[in-house]
Amino acid sequence: MRPAPFEYFAPRTVEDALDLLARHGDRAKLLAGGQSLVPMMNMRLVRPAVVVDLNRVTALGAVREDAGRLRLGSLVRQQTLERDGRVASAAPLLAEAAPLIGHLQTRARGTVGGSLAHADPAAELPACMIALDAVFHLRSARAQRACRAQDFFRGLLATALEPDELLAEIEVPAAPAPRAGHGFAEVARRHGDFALVGACAVLALDAAGVCRHARLVIFGAGDGPHLARATAAVLGEQPSAARLAEVGRAAVAEIDVRADLHATSEYRRRVAAGLAAQALGRAAARAEAA
Amino acid sequence: MKFVGDRHLRKEDPRLLTGRGRYVGDIALPGMLHAVLLRSAHAHARILRVDADPARAHPGVVDVVTFAELGAAGRAFPMVPPHAELRGHNFAPLAGDRVRFVGEAVAAVVAESRYAAEDARDLLEIEYEVLPSAQTLAPGAPAVHDDIRDNVAGRVTLARGDVEAALRAAPRVASLRLRIGRGGGQPMETRGLVADWNAALGQLTVWASSQVPHQIRQFIADLLDLAPHQVRVIAPDVGGGFGAKLIVYPEDVLIPFLARRLARPVRWIEDRLEHMLAATQEREQEHEVTVGFDDAGRLLALRDRFVHDTGAYTPRGLVVPLLTASMLTGPYRIAAVESSFESRYTHRVPVTPYRGAGQPQAVFVIERVLDLVARETGRDRAQVRLANLVRAEDMPWDTGLPNYRGSGHVVLDSGDLPSVLRRALESARYDARAAEAADARARGRLLGVGVACYVELTGVGPFESARVRVDAAGRITAWSGVSTQGQGLETTLAQVAADELGVTPEDVTVITGDTAGVEHGTGSFASRAAVVGGSAVALAARDVHAKARLLAARALGVAEADLEQAGATFADRRRPERHVTFAELARLAGAATAALGVEPGLESTRFFQPTDMTYSSGAHVALVELDPLSAAVRILGYWISHDSGRLINPLIVEGQLQGGVALGIGSALLEEIAYDEAGQLLAGSYMDYLLPTATDVPTMVIDHLETLSPLNPLGLKGVGESGTLPVPAVLASAIEDAVGPRGGRVTRMPLGPARLLDLLPPGLPGSDGSP
Amino acid sequence: MTGRPDAALHDIAVIVNGAERRARVIPRLLLADLLREEWGLTGTHLGCEHGACGACTVLVDGDPTRSCLVFAVQVDGCRVDTVEGLAGNGPGLHPLQQAFRARHALQCGFCTPGILMTLVAYLRLHPSPSETEIREALSGNLCRCTGYQHIVQAALDAAVAGRETAPPA
Repeated sequence: MRPAPFEYFAPRTVEDALDLLARHGDRAKLLAGGQSLVPMMNMRLVRPAVVVDLNRVTALGAVREDAGRLRLGSLVRQQTLERDGRVASAAPLLAEAAPLIGHLQTRARGTVGGSLAHADPAAELPACMIALDAVFHLRSARAQRACRAQDFFRGLLATALEPDELLAEIEVPAAPAPRAGHGFAEVARRHGDFALVGACAVLALDAAGVCRHARLVIFGAGDGPHLARATAAVLGEQPSAARLAEVGRAAVAEIDVRADLHATSEYRRRVAAGLAAQALGRAAARAEAA
Repeated sequence: MKFVGDRHLRKEDPRLLTGRGRYVGDIALPGMLHAVLLRSAHAHARILRVDADPARAHPGVVDVVTFAELGAAGRAFPMVPPHAELRGHNFAPLAGDRVRFVGEAVAAVVAESRYAAEDARDLLEIEYEVLPSAQTLAPGAPAVHDDIRDNVAGRVTLARGDVEAALRAAPRVASLRLRIGRGGGQPMETRGLVADWNAALGQLTVWASSQVPHQIRQFIADLLDLAPHQVRVIAPDVGGGFGAKLIVYPEDVLIPFLARRLARPVRWIEDRLEHMLAATQEREQEHEVTVGFDDAGRLLALRDRFVHDTGAYTPRGLVVPLLTASMLTGPYRIAAVESSFESRYTHRVPVTPYRGAGQPQAVFVIERVLDLVARETGRDRAQVRLANLVRAEDMPWDTGLPNYRGSGHVVLDSGDLPSVLRRALESARYDARAAEAADARARGRLLGVGVACYVELTGVGPFESARVRVDAAGRITAWSGVSTQGQGLETTLAQVAADELGVTPEDVTVITGDTAGVEHGTGSFASRAAVVGGSAVALAARDVHAKARLLAARALGVAEADLEQAGATFADRRRPERHVTFAELARLAGAATAALGVEPGLESTRFFQPTDMTYSSGAHVALVELDPLSAAVRILGYWISHDSGRLINPLIVEGQLQGGVALGIGSALLEEIAYDEAGQLLAGSYMDYLLPTATDVPTMVIDHLETLSPLNPLGLKGVGESGTLPVPAVLASAIEDAVGPRGGRVTRMPLGPARLLDLLPPGLPGSDGSP
Repeated sequence: MTGRPDAALHDIAVIVNGAERRARVIPRLLLADLLREEWGLTGTHLGCEHGACGACTVLVDGDPTRSCLVFAVQVDGCRVDTVEGLAGNGPGLHPLQQAFRARHALQCGFCTPGILMTLVAYLRLHPSPSETEIREALSGNLCRCTGYQHIVQAALDAAVAGRETAPPA
């Protein structure tokens, strides 16, 4: 299996990359870590006429943190999420999820932006970014715009990116005050596989232990990561295990759950509800301890 | 014995560890071309038209070959082995007017680079008339072969005693329906060939990643109208076989054909997606089994009827279902047995043995029956097995069923099965674990212990060959008709030869898998290489040693009894300054006159023709826990007790067992080949066909027993497939124990997430995600 | 390695096992093919060509990388380390290779180079791994022969040995 021929460019600046996208439009594909794109190219499932390699654009590889707000360049490698102390302190949800993304080799090369732009419905990072209420900065030669993570994912392998746009930076806001906690849970058939189904949550409690902020995202169940509406039920009260389990079930009911070779929709529904409760429970426990 | 039995480190490791192995994809010859194959996208279709001109015109392309260009080579392969009940069909080097499974090769593109060949392949236009295809084992499916409208490749019944009468007389009767799904060997190295035709010598040299180089040579000679001496087939370093490289495939003749046609070397390396489509698979069967038993749990009668999916062709005839049927009773004494099957064609890739070869299915059936009997009688599963096992004093035990080769009955020659089981139970502390598991279940955990026993057919003939030679420089070489795919034969056969010759394994170079080394050979499959190959090496090496002693005695003018050997040197015991080396003896033999009284050469070619198969045995115990939410299985402990005769190298045997168990775990919990209604493969890549990784396989405790086989000079038995045989059965047993009496029964393999979920009992704590 | 005239050829310079090598490549040439076909470094193997089996793993700038998912042109100016360089210039074996031999951690050897390179990189960063950590680190490398047990033991042995000696240059 070898790819079809293509023209190759390795720009060194974002501007040059954007120029190439403007010029070639949908004949071009951006190459970041290549862990999703190159298998498809080898299998000739995609045959871009032009490949724009972003790996030389060092400006896209920066990690910045200030006052708990994290800014990740889209070319930041997934393994950086596991290793960089700023990620661990500012966005521990990312640090916890990262080791489950594929394998060592995947994370050595695979990038944060690449995973988000690819938008596999069972991927961890899209869901985590929504749970963290991240904002994505999209750039084209024409303009720059910001897009909330929850508005970015548009269905199976589909995102808000225009053909001439690239995802340049991901901004993760500081954790909600005063006491925040995260939770993550997934089920996969083997270690490192895409999740059969998973859930991640961010919860914040006030001084009295009342929940003031709750975001729950379920992934792997539908066409994309799903931000649950059912979390509204836990706002304004002290979270109990029973309530969280209820929220988990209600959240799953919001999703048109898919079936595939690996799991039936009934399986996914049951497990997603349980994982959602687990993720919420862990987030609540961490918030309590904060 | 000095070296047989030794945990000798492998001789092949230094080159493999440093990247100096030579696999077929590493072979590059001057002027070599690259071939890729176009494979059918349809499960059943007529090929109406092939337009190859745009592909032929593509830069870098040297040729495009379809069935029309094959000429006399365009005919079906013979089937091995024949059987009276077989209505068989085999494939040709390329599909002719019909394709019969998705993945059947239709055309070959040959170009200066693989990249160019794949580009040109995209330009091939094939017009198909798509036909309905048989994707079910139920009767009434579209015919795969025009002369076999009912798709029945063969119907066989094996019987001992009167099973109907025995069932009627039995105090208790119970039945099960069991289903086993398809899977494949999936070696890490796909198939591949390099073929080189030397017109000046009239010699075809073929490197093939294969388990059967001699068989490939035979088929090439037949189809390409060459004399066998004009064809040399070499299996270089081979990256695993597991049965996927067991048969002679269309490509094994097609690529040599291309090399000869184009008068340039041609290399073809299968890619993984192709391997998923076109490498043979196995296991799919549907069984209905009925058992008659008494209140003490003794088996009185067993009747099994099954349907076997043989795919679109029968390159291995009825071998797989015959193995399942004949091995049904396994290690148990059952007086009345009837085992019958129907092998049916489907429009899918052909079914030929992969590691286990029909026996895992037999073990699954009989072991599920034993668990059923234990449950029905309220007895412990291990005790029920002990009550029914063939005992040491029963050996040799004639099961009464014909063996799969039709050369006699399945006769368990030796072994002590109850001891093997007891050792496994002790090693696992079975009683304590069963109690712990019961206790844990009472507190809501899904913890269970399982047990399974097996016997394995090993050491099948017809023969294996070995040639051992000492040359004039004193180098000792042993050629064997077996081939190597990782089982360490370069080392184990050297251990055997070294003991016979009085030297060390480092002194013996073993060459396997080269038809120029020995004229006749059978190959590596069915756990035979060490047994039959090792026996032949022992015989040949013994001859050489005997001749060396005779010549040494002559040369030193002493009686043989006065010789003292130290490594490669023979000395006069009384005057040790008088000595002669292997090299000198070889030179002496090289110029042997009539007066010397021996034929020239310090070498011997011998064959070992086993009189019967020899049977290994074992028992596995597994401790598992299921997650109450996801039903995911974790294997917490795994214990193996096995008896595989005399072990040439226990370290290598442990590796074989561990690898076999890993593959068995894959076939039980992860690996499933699924097709849709149109015969399209649903699990078409490693994204969907899931092989076990390091996190899926437990650490295993292995206990060896050695009951020597009476059927070969060294007492050897095979072990290559042993690890695999009982794994689905032991995991089924453990999972059923874990889900308890209110949980489901395991009646099918593999068990993916949804099927595991269906087994869970209702109302578990933690099943909604609460801690 | 010629083919149709693909787009422009690119000149690259790569430090392979410590020594510079140059090549002129078409953009779609996989790094694995550059190593194996252009440079005869056939120790790196292709098992699946879609990033699942890990047999093709090499180190790129020290990171374990699937060479079937990287184009040769992308490693211009990079350091690439393959199994052929593990043992250094001497006649002996790298401690990890020795441990593999001692523990019978390879059978057919096809997956072995990829596993060795993955472990070399991993053990540099994690000199005291647990068995579970080693198994997880290896989860991206498929082996069909061994069942992994001996591989894990060899890796643990090598970790111990490595804590007692300095890694090779």
